[in-house]
Amino acid sequence: MDDLRLTERDVTSQDAKIAAKNVQVYYGDTHAIKDVSVEIKDKTVTAFIGPSGCGKSTFLRCLNRMNDTIDICRVEGDIRIDGEDIYDKRIDPVQLRAKVGMVFQKPNPFPKSIYDNIAYGPRIHGLAKNKADLDVIVEKSLRRGAIWDEVKDRLNAPGTGLSGGQQQRLCIARAIATEPEVLLMDEPCSALDPIATAQVEELIDELRENYSVVIVTHSMQQAARVSQKTAFFHLGNLVEYGETGQIFTNPSDPRTESYITGRIG
Amino acid sequence: MTDASMDAAGAPDAPKKSSLMKTDEHTKKRNRSETWFRAYGLAAIATGLFFLIVLAVSIVSNGLPAFTHTVVDVEINMTQDQYDDAESQLLKTSAYEKVFIAAMGAQLAAGGLELEVDKKVLQRIAGKTGSILREFYKENPDKIGTPVSFTLPAASRVDQYLNGALKREDVQDSRFLERADLDIVDQLHEAGIIKSAFNWTFIQGTDSGVDNPGGAGIGASVIGSFFMMLVVLFLSLPIGVAASIYLEEFAPQNRFTDLIEVNISNLAAVPSIVFGILGLAVFIQFMHLPQSAPLVGGLVLTLMTLPTIIISTRASLKAVPPSIRDAALGVGASKMQSVFHHVLPLAMPGILTGTIIGLAQALGETAPLLLIGMVGFVARGYPDGFVNGFIEPNSAMPAQIYTWAARADVSFYDKAWGGIIILLVFLLTMNTIAIILRRRFERRW
Ligand SMILES: Nc1ncnc2c1ncn2[C@@H]1O[C@H](COP(=O)(O)OP(=O)(O)O)[C@@H](O)[C@H]1O
Ligand SMILES: [Mg+2]
Repeated sequence: MDDLRLTERDVTSQDAKIAAKNVQVYYGDTHAIKDVSVEIKDKTVTAFIGPSGCGKSTFLRCLNRMNDTIDICRVEGDIRIDGEDIYDKRIDPVQLRAKVGMVFQKPNPFPKSIYDNIAYGPRIHGLAKNKADLDVIVEKSLRRGAIWDEVKDRLNAPGTGLSGGQQQRLCIARAIATEPEVLLMDEPCSALDPIATAQVEELIDELRENYSVVIVTHSMQQAARVSQKTAFFHLGNLVEYGETGQIFTNPSDPRTESYITGRIG
Repeated sequence: MTDASMDAAGAPDAPKKSSLMKTDEHTKKRNRSETWFRAYGLAAIATGLFFLIVLAVSIVSNGLPAFTHTVVDVEINMTQDQYDDAESQLLKTSAYEKVFIAAMGAQLAAGGLELEVDKKVLQRIAGKTGSILREFYKENPDKIGTPVSFTLPAASRVDQYLNGALKREDVQDSRFLERADLDIVDQLHEAGIIKSAFNWTFIQGTDSGVDNPGGAGIGASVIGSFFMMLVVLFLSLPIGVAASIYLEEFAPQNRFTDLIEVNISNLAAVPSIVFGILGLAVFIQFMHLPQSAPLVGGLVLTLMTLPTIIISTRASLKAVPPSIRDAALGVGASKMQSVFHHVLPLAMPGILTGTIIGLAQALGETAPLLLIGMVGFVARGYPDGFVNGFIEPNSAMPAQIYTWAARADVSFYDKAWGGIIILLVFLLTMNTIAIILRRRFERRW
């Protein structure tokens, strides 16, 4: 099975984890994403930037089919992860979301203990055979979420009792506990102070070793700091996509330049 | 952009200097209106409290007499001859009454009470002693020939006289009571032969005939209410919660579900008597379920309670932040897992509160029960057995209260008030449980 996928991946594209072609998204009559095509590489941090309301979150939510939960939302086009069309009828979005984890803008830990927050995903996916396995997964995830040292003595305390930055790192740890291959982050630092932001950014950089990370951010400094690839969205269009350094120093589209220099937005 | 706005704020037009020590007109006006609003609020609460206190005082003062009754202590030694004699007579209970009167007379003489008491007077004071004695000796024939102390309820008018409900001036001479009898009542009361005791019959007993207010009890209808509420609980909670979860979390938003939603809200506003006549038509006339049965009452009240439960459950599901659902879906939980593992536990306090309030409403509901016949002389006995509790004719607390209040004999009026106290005790208990559950579930986080 795995082998099959590997060969398939080789055939379709060299190291593109996600390939989106001609994606259109409508909210009722609103055309929110207009014909976007993009290839997101494996083991890379890709940043989506753009003025608010331009469709960054909408596009991000297409990648794990979270838009399915919005009744009026309609997605057209072709999005493939490892060459498999995720909008295919045979794909179960629940299974997809185990493979494509998500971290939300507002930290949203479950109102349960820190331990249960992390253990929930592995439990429902049957990743642990017994309590000892689960303990290992919880510790590993919390360590990779760079929050283990802060919470190891109070794993039974409620996750909602942590500070905002800790909660967000808990949510990241929760997202990676299910061993996803792609991690989607929608403005993960917008509710955090500069110190917590720095911790999360450091964490994102480490996560790149194992995951393909897509991060939406409204801070261009953040995009410049953490990402290798940047996509600039404007009014539902993907205006420019390329190496982060090139986008920030030498954008080819005047709209990108206006945005980066602070004239749009 | 932010820089620009900072500049604008940094160089304002020099405003007129005004001292903060002086309250300006505008602020004064705002403060005045706030003061007024506070006054209105306090007045509203005070009015509410006043009526609540009036209600509580009148219920307690009117209802308490139902919990005590006047009893006559007497020791009777029934011989076998007396028993056989009484049983051979045409009017058997009056023969027993004679035995009672003789025993009373002997007791008064032994107590040194110099009373010239007429038999008739004792009969009027003591009420329906004959039938009680006869029942006792028929059930306990072995007690014949040994002295037994009886505590027999006095006539209900004597009861009213002693607890102050009946004034001496108001007594009309009749075959039930004459004004002169009251002197003897007073003397017997002083001597401790007639005294006040807690009325267990009222708590445990069943409904009595219209001529025997003293023997009326609410016990059987409490049982009736209990079985009815069991039906309501076990039907309306699962149906209501399942319907709400489906509508709120799973159903698509379209014309059809909108229509259902509007109809549920409308159902909640339908007068209960409409549900009663529906129950009569559907459950009794069409489905031929037994009349006056708590099962039917429960079914009707379930229909009535469902909208309440559905509305409150949906409100508490709506109140769960959507970010929790996103979080669950985001780690790959299915819709159902996200609802049952995360949303439902958070909505639980609200659901329980809504359910218990719905049940409390149903417990106090009278009108639909009148239509399906749970009123009148149906609470004359206890059901035998659990299953029969659902199908044997019975009354329910509010219907029993209604029956008593509607009877001609004013002595039943006390019983109605007493019944209201019992009903309120149950309602307060349920509300307290609702509050405790709410606290318990909320305290977890
Ligand atoms: N649930 C929704 N229903 C209707 N319109 C929406 C919804 N979510 C987003 N939109 C619209 O889609 C557009 C893109 O929104 P979004 O993707 O949230 O922008 P961004 O994340 O870039 O700020 C906006 O015009 C917004 O109004
Ligand atoms: Mg957004």
